[in-house]
Amino acid sequence: MATGKTLTISIMDAPYESASSTTALRIINAALEKGHNVNVFAYEGAVNLTMKAQQPHATPVKGTSVEQEQHPTTKDWVAALFKLASTNGVKLDWINCGLCVDERGAGDWIDGPRRGGPKDLLDASSASNATLVIPTK
Amino acid sequence: MAKYLLVESRDPFDSSDSEYFCELVEGISNRGNEVTLFLVQNGVFPLRGGSKHSGLITKLLQNSVKILADDFSLRERAIKKPLDGVEVADMGRIVDLLLEPGTKAILH
Repeated sequence: MATGKTLTISIMDAPYESASSTTALRIINAALEKGHNVNVFAYEGAVNLTMKAQQPHATPVKGTSVEQEQHPTTKDWVAALFKLASTNGVKLDWINCGLCVDERGAGDWIDGPRRGGPKDLLDASSASNATLVIPTK
Repeated sequence: MAKYLLVESRDPFDSSDSEYFCELVEGISNRGNEVTLFLVQNGVFPLRGGSKHSGLITKLLQNSVKILADDFSLRERAIKKPLDGVEVADMGRIVDLLLEPGTKAILH
């Protein structure tokens, strides 16, 4: 199942703002499904994707409950990606840029990601078969 | 001849950069390179029949650019049949293209 190939993705959009976050997570999901290792370098607003305190919400204006809304959170999606990587015997190395984390007070994240810096992006990219940078608009 | 994967996520109605990006795609292709343009998110809007900007895409098809469109993005925008010559693809395809040796990738 594991191909031994590695893809590096860098993302910078904050959650719930841009379809680029969805695209990035879909690419990561597809790569893991295919048995590739994936490195993610999350910087700027993207360090918030993995924040543990994210909660789904009700929508009072529609009178819907939390359960009815089935509101997805990016931290749950990322957790699912770590689970997929484990199931498929491949590695997901998710690096949150430490400078960006400190600026935003965003250090409390789910299990899986690690703290790093720009050098980690260079190292990850150098050791990968391909790198895709997903910039913000 | 080099291989290029260019991914367009922007809508020409929203961003004039989109037209410039198509010019970049055309220029790379005209230099004899193998170019794939993958349209995703609002980048699929020119594929709707009757779109003012569909000419950007048909021109690239005439220049031997392979054009793929993300199935999810098309469904979200109710584009049931993209322009002739455009292939509908999933994210697995973009991963395959990225990992083809020597491919240079740009996402806009």
